[in-house]
Amino acid sequence: MIRFENVSIRYADAAGDALSGVSLTVPDGELCLVVGRTGSGKSTLLGAASGHVPHFTGGRLSGRVLVGGRDTRNHRPRELADVVGVVGQSPAGGFVTDSVEDELAFTMESLGIQRPVMRRRVEETLDLLGLAELRDRPLAQLSAGQQQRVAIGSALTAHPRVLVLDEPTSALDPGAAEDVLAALHRLVHDLGITVLLSEHRLERVVQYADSVISLGGSGQPPRYGVPGEVLAASDVAPPVVHLGRLAGWSPLPLSVRDARRRAGELRDRLGPRRVTDHRAGGDVVLRATGLTVRYRGGPPVLEDLDLTLVRGEVAALMGRNGAGKSTLLWTLQGALKPLRGSVRVGRDEPSALNPADRRTRVALVPQDPADLLYLDTVQAECRQADSESQRPAGITRILVDRLTPGVDDESDPRDLSEGQRLSLVLAIQLSARPAVLLLDEPTRGLDYMAKDRLGAALAELAGDGVAVLLATHDVEFVASVADRVLVLASGEIITDGATANVVLSSPTYAPQVAKVLAPDPWLTVADVAQALSGVA
Amino acid sequence: MATAASRTTNPLILLLIVSVVGYVVAARRPARTWAQGFRAYLILGLVVIAIRTVFHIVFGGALGETVLVRLPELRLPQWAAGIRLGGAVSAEGLVSALYDGLRLATLLICVGAAVTLADPRRLLRTLPGALYELGLVVVVAISLAPQLVESALRVRRAQALRGANGRGLRAVRSIGMPVLAMALDRAVALAAAMDARGYGRAGDISARTRRFTAGLLLVGLLGLSLGGYAVLDASAGGSVGLPSLLVGVLAAVAGLAVGSRRVLRSRYHAEQVDPRSAVVAATGVVAAGCLCVTSVYDVTTAFPSTYPLVVPQLALLPVVGLLIALAPAGVAPSPLATSVETSAIPARRADVVGAGRS
Repeated sequence: MIRFENVSIRYADAAGDALSGVSLTVPDGELCLVVGRTGSGKSTLLGAASGHVPHFTGGRLSGRVLVGGRDTRNHRPRELADVVGVVGQSPAGGFVTDSVEDELAFTMESLGIQRPVMRRRVEETLDLLGLAELRDRPLAQLSAGQQQRVAIGSALTAHPRVLVLDEPTSALDPGAAEDVLAALHRLVHDLGITVLLSEHRLERVVQYADSVISLGGSGQPPRYGVPGEVLAASDVAPPVVHLGRLAGWSPLPLSVRDARRRAGELRDRLGPRRVTDHRAGGDVVLRATGLTVRYRGGPPVLEDLDLTLVRGEVAALMGRNGAGKSTLLWTLQGALKPLRGSVRVGRDEPSALNPADRRTRVALVPQDPADLLYLDTVQAECRQADSESQRPAGITRILVDRLTPGVDDESDPRDLSEGQRLSLVLAIQLSARPAVLLLDEPTRGLDYMAKDRLGAALAELAGDGVAVLLATHDVEFVASVADRVLVLASGEIITDGATANVVLSSPTYAPQVAKVLAPDPWLTVADVAQALSGVA
Repeated sequence: MATAASRTTNPLILLLIVSVVGYVVAARRPARTWAQGFRAYLILGLVVIAIRTVFHIVFGGALGETVLVRLPELRLPQWAAGIRLGGAVSAEGLVSALYDGLRLATLLICVGAAVTLADPRRLLRTLPGALYELGLVVVVAISLAPQLVESALRVRRAQALRGANGRGLRAVRSIGMPVLAMALDRAVALAAAMDARGYGRAGDISARTRRFTAGLLLVGLLGLSLGGYAVLDASAGGSVGLPSLLVGVLAAVAGLAVGSRRVLRSRYHAEQVDPRSAVVAATGVVAAGCLCVTSVYDVTTAFPSTYPLVVPQLALLPVVGLLIALAPAGVAPSPLATSVETSAIPARRADVVGAGRS
């Protein structure tokens, strides 16, 4: 269905090829997962399959790409629209109309499909993706997961034979991601659509995949094959695969279910484990009492919420999309003034301070860190941060290097990878030496390596006595870095406790290793590895 | 309503128009992001009145006897004869400047009301196929403005995290850069998404036909704008207006008919006019009609004299006409009531027609 014939792609002004020597064929009706580190060319490969590369992005494509028999060299994306449906990372950016039904019909209108057919397909798609109750709603009022399903639906109504999705679940909470993936799964099984999908959090999708394309980065040709074989040799793999490698299982398990059927022997080797609630009763750095926040005219987002953060802890704030996680972070930082209640950092109330003093108490890295950057080189941003924080020159640069080595001084912050940009913003915020660090969805768009580096950096900060609170959907990341987990629902903190206790008791928030080795309380592959080396 | 406003300088009637429009907007404003802009148009209206008055005071002619203040007069060199800076400010001149300003402001507010009440995307559906692509570009551009405001607010909030106070020249740069970058990224992403969804697929057509269509459309648009201007502006007279409007309409229709053949898109929604929307449109026409009749037969009411100064009078006809225009507030379906959802779709489109024509 999709056929790459010796394809190499090089962008203008780029030193090397973004993709080189790709020759593979994805057969009809397959769900094919594209994996690789940041910058390995995942998006380029997906773009090439939809004609987006090179028609829209520029660059040189050698070799040829055939999709449903059409050559992308002489078919522009709009002429492929009836064969390929495309879903991007942020669905809201691609919406052309403003209501669900119109959005579903837009592609069909462009293709000139007759009205009775359109009506029928819109109804079918609404049912298929569980959107029937939302049909008249404005798109702006939908949750991120619902928007993503509308985006998939609007690509589906044209009855494409191929669906190309670039990280469709990266912005979604675990529940919403499940819904989207379940919908995809159904499409592949019921309608026989060929799906080409990229994703960083492999633990979510790998069990659904029929095949995997693993991109090794510049120079190396990609590998294509059945998931077990490809992932066995890949540096990018979900925790369950790492666990399988550690335990020496062959073939490697891809899903929790596969692993669990073989886990008895590993559980015996590990022996029983007891989690100690080692929450230090250290000094309280931040204390919020009776917080109530409400946006104009709406119901309260937070209601009578109490929270304390202790020196040197890493706490994770979880909860579904729209639960009020971001609002809580902004309120704790002091940028948002609560309707009732107070936040105290030491003796100060952050919202009463001016912005410059506020950030020396509480620093926040927002969901889109790029909002903070406005200068044209990394060096200029670092100097600006030094003077803003009234610290000796060069301090921010040193912080950047500690977080991510190898960021070029002269590069434009907008050209950095997600991980590098996050490090830059984190360094800027840390240059003010805050007592509390708040992070909103820091792992979005990060690959496993960047996440490991971030986790290590957070642990180091906590070691220096900073209290860290991060809002996230990433259960694996939480399991590996957080000491404490808070779950927010309908404006209240409904759970607050040590990570192991909270995470193990919840099916949604349990990491893969915990699911495999339940009822024994293991959270991460690293824990297991440590225990095994102790046993041996 | 705009037509009605252009036919009078009577401040009482103008104020009545503004309040009627304001009431209808308040009663039937849809809860959408770009619908919050009516207040901006009101403020713009006030600014227009202020500018018009200040200009009159500074540059104004010295008509009228009732001198209020005498500003120091600036003698200009010979080549600028006829332009006067400063000098006497008369009550008559000031009042006529105020009336003029008020008329312009009312026009603006009426346009603002149309933009607020009407969904540009619905208007787009009624466009002929040949204009569809152009129309979509315009609609996307219109919806960009509130998005820009939204991202500016977001960036300003984020910049405060860096200790910026959000004022001064530095703030303009530090907010402007990310906002522009964001707007560009968004535009590129949207263009890519539209492309991937088949926007702009064209049927087979020769280059000659395409050029012919473009020419016809150009002539049509020229004729339409000339004619429209002549009809709206009472002083230009009907002798040029009607013929050019007719030529424009004919050329445009021909161009669209030829052009639409090459477009292979189809439509999901059928737009039809229901009785309610017909009523909404009719009230606008009636109001405009009443005012036109008044301006011809009752000159003193429509254009109250400013030399000598008189207290403006109200006549029955324009008031009745304008009160009829209040009807949409009750007749048009409320955007909040979901039970009338089925009729809401065509009716809101009719608001466009009504507001555009009135």
